[in-house]
Amino acid sequence: MIKESPVHFHRMKDMPSTHLLGTGTPMCAGCGALEALHNMYDILGEKTVFVNAAGCMTLLSVYPFTPFRGGWLYTSMASAPAGAQGVRDAMDILLEKKKLSEDDNMEVVVLTGDGSAYGMGLSSTSGAMDRNLNFIYLCYDNEGYGNTGQQYSAATPHAALTSTSKGSHGYPGFKKDLFSIWAAHHPAYVATIIAAEPLDLAKKIEKLQTMKGPRMLIALSPCPTGWDYDPQLSVEIGRLAVQTGVWPLKEYIDGKVVHTKIPKKTKLGQRTPVEEYLKLQGRFKHLFHPQRDEQGIAEIQARIDAYWDKVTS
Amino acid sequence: MTRKLLTGNGAAAWGARLAQADYIPAFPITPQTEIIEDISIWIDRGEMDARMVTLESEHSMITAAGSAASSGVRVFTATSSQGLLYGMEMIYTVAGWRAPFVMVNVSRGLSSPITLESDHNDIMAARDSGFLQIHCATCQEVCDSVLMAFKLAEHKDIRVPAIVNLDGFYLSFTREPVNLPDSDKAAAFVGEFDPENLQFKGSAPLSQAMAVLGGGPYSYFRYEAHLAVQRALSVYDEIADEFADTFGRHYDIIENYQMDDAEYVFVMVGSFATKAHDAVDSLRDAGWKVGLARLRVFRPFPQERIRQLLKGRRAIAVIDQNISMGMGGVLHSEFATALYGQKDAPAVLASFIGGLGGRDISQQEFYEMINELKQAADKGVCPPARLLYTQNELTEIRKLQAIAQVEHAEINQK
Repeated sequence: MIKESPVHFHRMKDMPSTHLLGTGTPMCAGCGALEALHNMYDILGEKTVFVNAAGCMTLLSVYPFTPFRGGWLYTSMASAPAGAQGVRDAMDILLEKKKLSEDDNMEVVVLTGDGSAYGMGLSSTSGAMDRNLNFIYLCYDNEGYGNTGQQYSAATPHAALTSTSKGSHGYPGFKKDLFSIWAAHHPAYVATIIAAEPLDLAKKIEKLQTMKGPRMLIALSPCPTGWDYDPQLSVEIGRLAVQTGVWPLKEYIDGKVVHTKIPKKTKLGQRTPVEEYLKLQGRFKHLFHPQRDEQGIAEIQARIDAYWDKVTS
Repeated sequence: MTRKLLTGNGAAAWGARLAQADYIPAFPITPQTEIIEDISIWIDRGEMDARMVTLESEHSMITAAGSAASSGVRVFTATSSQGLLYGMEMIYTVAGWRAPFVMVNVSRGLSSPITLESDHNDIMAARDSGFLQIHCATCQEVCDSVLMAFKLAEHKDIRVPAIVNLDGFYLSFTREPVNLPDSDKAAAFVGEFDPENLQFKGSAPLSQAMAVLGGGPYSYFRYEAHLAVQRALSVYDEIADEFADTFGRHYDIIENYQMDDAEYVFVMVGSFATKAHDAVDSLRDAGWKVGLARLRVFRPFPQERIRQLLKGRRAIAVIDQNISMGMGGVLHSEFATALYGQKDAPAVLASFIGGLGGRDISQQEFYEMINELKQAADKGVCPPARLLYTQNELTEIRKLQAIAQVEHAEINQK
């Protein structure tokens, strides 16, 4: 399955114009996760088996309809990477025994939300990386248990209101650094992506196609229903997540972390302030209403600044 | 044919080897671990052409077993007790995938209290999952049942996974002479795995294990699985006959011993039935018309055969090595379901619970059960369920409790 192509995706014009994923799925309007999946699937192509964990995407394939032109297997919330292990091993056995032609071989892709990836599924994900499983893993991270109505998860950012953190200060915890946890396993590849930056996403997918082993992706996935904003703002919020530095686009490869898009600073030497990102979302409205929570906003900004100071110093 | 001295675990591993399983997802747990150790050594030595992978839990192991079977290879796996329960979400799930593979469960009591020794609460917890269940009483039967289970699970009219159950310690670690089938004959008997529609292929798009909306489609697929499991009864008979023709050993769905004229019947599953077997011999010598019915195939549950078998008997003792808290023996209630309202059903269907967590069931206790059956039959009244426990055992636990109290008091003083 390894492709040895040089980078094809230089400009938006280079992106695939055909869209593989079928329409009419029950995902919410403006779903940032579906957009990321679209972008990824178009590049990976039809010879892909998605092994799905319980989450929003479970509803993509509801009998008798499927939007996938390749394979799909729904497993459970905790064990999608183990499902991928069985599929990959079985296909390798069949290839070895000449019961499956190289032409019929498929790429195995785990598809999970953050509820699974950051929590219940972390053990099986870790196990799959330990075993150097040859697979791709896409976590669509909408920062909460979205399919059940956005309760906070280990991916929820500090201060976000969720349906289980409705108090005046929102979620008291901090978003878990899953990227680093994954990278500590030394898999072939780890990257963060976002659908609002399709060129960056495409380059990363293309790059991981040239590799074998565990290739791990976290896609921050703006979620109109969970984050409480108008669906038409999904792309803008996604871009702001990158421009403000909330969502660093980066990759881990050969033991090194490289940032693929460093947020630009204005003439005053500032990145876009994080409040531009926060104020568009109902889950952060308590930071602005009934009065501005200067301290709360400043704390969030300070954490972002501290992150980027380390990166750029 | 080779004759070998094998443990139950060794016999299970040989079953997988002779069935030419392609893929062994594994996870160690006492008293099962020897099975995967044996297989791993054979693979390393090149004696078994299979791929083995140790997952990080039984939940993942059963997921990988199901997904590999759903991708078109023959899968064998094994677990026990806490492991079976840890994977229980996937036990139900992969049965619903209609993924045919074979899993050996080495029965062990469930926590808590935590123990390593055998009873059947673990396997009974998988009762409603959609897995077929074959229960073994000897090491020979373990090896043979694994071969038969593959053929049964993969049969075109069935297509569900199967569990072959053996008792921890009593079988898992007990060496018995086992006649190993010739590998060519075994391979020919089991046949090639036909994945049918179960595979992922670039040229043949397929979505498996999809969600359904609404009770209509859900019920349909659940009923389909139920009916498939039920069909396994008649298919089992065919497979058992073929096995007997090939290897000379015949295994009925219910193994009967001294049943022809039996007025009193012990009903059991698993290796402790060999103890009942001895008791029947002694009781026969003493003039009792007593027999033993050992249920080998527990899922599908052979209701009609049980009715025919027990029709007109005086009294039945169902001996459960499991306990459903607040209800009693699982096997007993299943037999009651089969017999209730049937013409000529025995008036007495007594429940005895024993053999929990490796506890023995002594010959004396079998004699007591027969006495109780006779008295109940004479009166025409079914006795309340009995929890087997001896005065001696009670004395022993009282001693342990006394020590615990002393220990506790000492610690509190410090």
